Amino acid sequence: MIYRETGQFKTSYAADQAILRLREDRIGLLVILAIAYVVMPLVASEYWLSTIMLPFLIYALAALGLNILTGYAGQISLGTGGFMATGAFAAYKLATAFPGLDFVVVLVLAGLITAFVGILFGLPSLRIKGFYLAVATLAAQFFLLWLYNKIPWFTNYSASGVISAPTRTAFGIPVTGFEASVTTKYLFVLVVVTLLSLAAKNMTRLEVGRSWMAIRDMDIAAEIIGIRPLTAKLSAFAVSSFYCGIAGALWAFSYTGAVEALAFDIGVSFRVLFMIIIGGLGTILGNYLGAAFIVLLPIFLNNALLGLGMQEAVAMASHLEAMIMGALIVFFLIVEPHGLARLWQILKEKLRKWPFPY
Amino acid sequence: MEILDLVLLEPIRNILDAPLFFLEVLIGGLMSGVMYALVALGFVLIFKASGVFNFAQGSMVLFAALFFVGFMDAGLPMWLAFLLTLAVMVVLAYAVERMVLRPLVNQPAITLFMATIGITFFLDGLGQAIWGSDVRRLDVGIPEDPIIIADIFINQFDLYAAVICGTLVAALALFFQYTPTGRALRAVADDHQAAMSVGIPLSTVWTIVWIVAGIVGLVAGVMWGAKLGVQFNLSLIALKALPALILGGLTSVPGAIIGGLIIGAGEKVAEVFWGEVLGGAIEDWFAYVLAMVFLLIRPEGLFGEKIIERV
Amino acid sequence: MSTVEQRTAAVTRRREIGEVLLAVENIELRFGGVTALADVSFDVRRGEIRAIIGPNGAGKSSMLNVINGFYQPQGGTISWKGQRLRRMRPHFAAKNGIARTFQNIALFKGMTTLDNIMTGRILKMRASLLEQALYWGRARREELEHRAFVERIIDFLEIQHIRNTPVGKLPYGLQKRVELARALAMEPELLLLDEPMAGMNLEEKEDMVRFILDVNEEFGTTVILIEHDMSVVMDISDRVVVLDHGRLLADGTPDEVSRDPRVIEAYLGVVHD
Repeated sequence: MIYRETGQFKTSYAADQAILRLREDRIGLLVILAIAYVVMPLVASEYWLSTIMLPFLIYALAALGLNILTGYAGQISLGTGGFMATGAFAAYKLATAFPGLDFVVVLVLAGLITAFVGILFGLPSLRIKGFYLAVATLAAQFFLLWLYNKIPWFTNYSASGVISAPTRTAFGIPVTGFEASVTTKYLFVLVVVTLLSLAAKNMTRLEVGRSWMAIRDMDIAAEIIGIRPLTAKLSAFAVSSFYCGIAGALWAFSYTGAVEALAFDIGVSFRVLFMIIIGGLGTILGNYLGAAFIVLLPIFLNNALLGLGMQEAVAMASHLEAMIMGALIVFFLIVEPHGLARLWQILKEKLRKWPFPY
Repeated sequence: MEILDLVLLEPIRNILDAPLFFLEVLIGGLMSGVMYALVALGFVLIFKASGVFNFAQGSMVLFAALFFVGFMDAGLPMWLAFLLTLAVMVVLAYAVERMVLRPLVNQPAITLFMATIGITFFLDGLGQAIWGSDVRRLDVGIPEDPIIIADIFINQFDLYAAVICGTLVAALALFFQYTPTGRALRAVADDHQAAMSVGIPLSTVWTIVWIVAGIVGLVAGVMWGAKLGVQFNLSLIALKALPALILGGLTSVPGAIIGGLIIGAGEKVAEVFWGEVLGGAIEDWFAYVLAMVFLLIRPEGLFGEKIIERV
Repeated sequence: MSTVEQRTAAVTRRREIGEVLLAVENIELRFGGVTALADVSFDVRRGEIRAIIGPNGAGKSSMLNVINGFYQPQGGTISWKGQRLRRMRPHFAAKNGIARTFQNIALFKGMTTLDNIMTGRILKMRASLLEQALYWGRARREELEHRAFVERIIDFLEIQHIRNTPVGKLPYGLQKRVELARALAMEPELLLLDEPMAGMNLEEKEDMVRFILDVNEEFGTTVILIEHDMSVVMDISDRVVVLDHGRLLADGTPDEVSRDPRVIEAYLGVVHD
């Protein structure tokens, strides 16, 4: 009797068009936001914020990006790591070339540069589909990483190849580098992720999102109602890469504090892909569930194996992690292609009918 | 202009200055291309019979190699190790058909593709969980010292690899041409519905084709392992069979072989003569970028079937 | 079929037939060595219901694909409102008010009924990506405006109850109706319907006939209709094109066509005995 749409009438399409139509959902979201913005910074230890919450949020953002491309527009990509690296290096070049630039501006520009690169590597999608495209995006992954690794201009001719991200400010507050506290970094990333999530929700439920899904579900019919495949696909690549680029920049500047190409190897591309499959293709909520799952799984396995007193627990944990992820991918593809997000929805529907199941 | 000269003309001049060296590089590249071709072959078999783009073929190579070297290290004779690994691959084929393909029948190709990425991770994890992740040396008794033919150094090992690959392809061709099972496989590849309607059971066919792909993977794994040592990297190197496939066309056995040779030779030549100018290690991406460019020009590959869209 | 006949006969035809809206001339379409259409010419006048009939493989669907630019014919011309086009393009067709439904329903299966119909309004939306990301300005205005329009179609086709259901889960008959709704959302001048009643039961057929007639009369929409059910074709269409093996066999009013000896021999004779 708690979760119910009965009695909540909508008297205008504007009200019916709201993102969360049910009062209970709105309250739920407010509670989650309150926990994220108020409780977490007060309660969570620095370890929690820096090794769990930050990668979780940034991965969720990258997953959001890939989900727009793969889950909504149906274009599979294995180049997420390459696009994240592009964002990281674009941000680094911008931040060092214009030290006074506000970090928010740096992020937006880095996102736009990555969007441009994404469009370039999205061009083959106009002629090829499915796994052909997947192989083409592998080209983006390997080529871009090689580029940032081997061309000294990108690392400002640093000898070691590993460079630390400098301190930069947003609205006068240091948000990256040594001068920023972990809590500040966390809150900054949280704000970015919140705003970009809202934007993604809006895009996916409006015209552009519908044109992406139309291309995904049946490209020929989409063309015949006047959707241009060129615009739809390339806009999906652009928006997706924009998100991945910002995620990569945050990864380097807010999380690891180091700008290095190898942090974005093909393993990252796969991990983000797994997040959206396990979390739910074509959902916004799924990105957070999938990211949380993939971030927490290795930590959980490590501790469990250590607790069992196993030797070489770290190596074994990583093998087990690969097996569990692989098995879960197959499981979700067979049983519930909409992933954890769909399971949550089913739970809500059950709750709506509770305590009368019929 | 100077840069253009350095990138475009200088390497050509180097090639013309040292034609013998170029030939050596080319042959070395072709030989590693044979290895890509071996992996690509497994892909083509599965794709033709089931329309599944098996991303896990590379992992099957690693998986087979890990078991083979594990059995060898346990002191088993080579033939027994080979047979036992073969048994493992048969079990794997059954498991994949039962637990992955059958529940996903009639799903979009892209779903099956993602499922095989899941299989990839599962196999990589399982293989290493059982056998560990150290690099293991594998000695199958093939001599590695170079021989000299007409002033050109050729690695003997590569020659053996080429011969084995050729034998395998010939054996497969005979299998498809002359055995009832082989003919059934070809029938299914041509038309699923028609094959089903004359009573060829799809699940059996799929199991067989995964077994055959497993055998091809085993041979590739043994060769790769003997050349580079058995290690996780094999799974990544085998990824390069993907661009080879794209080049050759997904449905063509000769295409897979020629695609592999082009990729192998192309990336070696590019690395040796262009690598330095461009910053080195261009082998990492050359194959993929070549395949991508090629896709734009001819999406169906060199020997693939043209895709016609209908409403 | 008698119920369908009674119902349709009761409808008084108020609409007026106007000038030529679309004309195809000497259309030649080949796939490799197979000729799908050979030297086909006919025209469609504003406001009329034009049926295309013919046995399986006669080239009916191919003709629709040529009209909305999905297939490029090797020869012949298409004129749209008097403007001669060497070739038609899907985007041009959509922009100029040619909408289409398919024989094997071509809906976006992962989207809800409402979203599917809303895609029909895409060409009328102007909001930029940024406005959409912010759900602000034009994006918000347009979304509400078009939602209101789409709701009218939903009411008209009586599909309110499935508004938020993913179309992949709908029964066949309702999917056909949603597809018609999506086409109507484009406010088409010319509506191409490829076997809109195939596979429907009697009640669903009656509904569909009623919808087609209503669309034609209330909005003045011109309709080209492929249909196998002869009684429906004879009842609701103004003129009929008969195709056989990719060739034009006959063209005229239902009466003329049904009396044509070649038609009777090739097609009707078999069906009506």
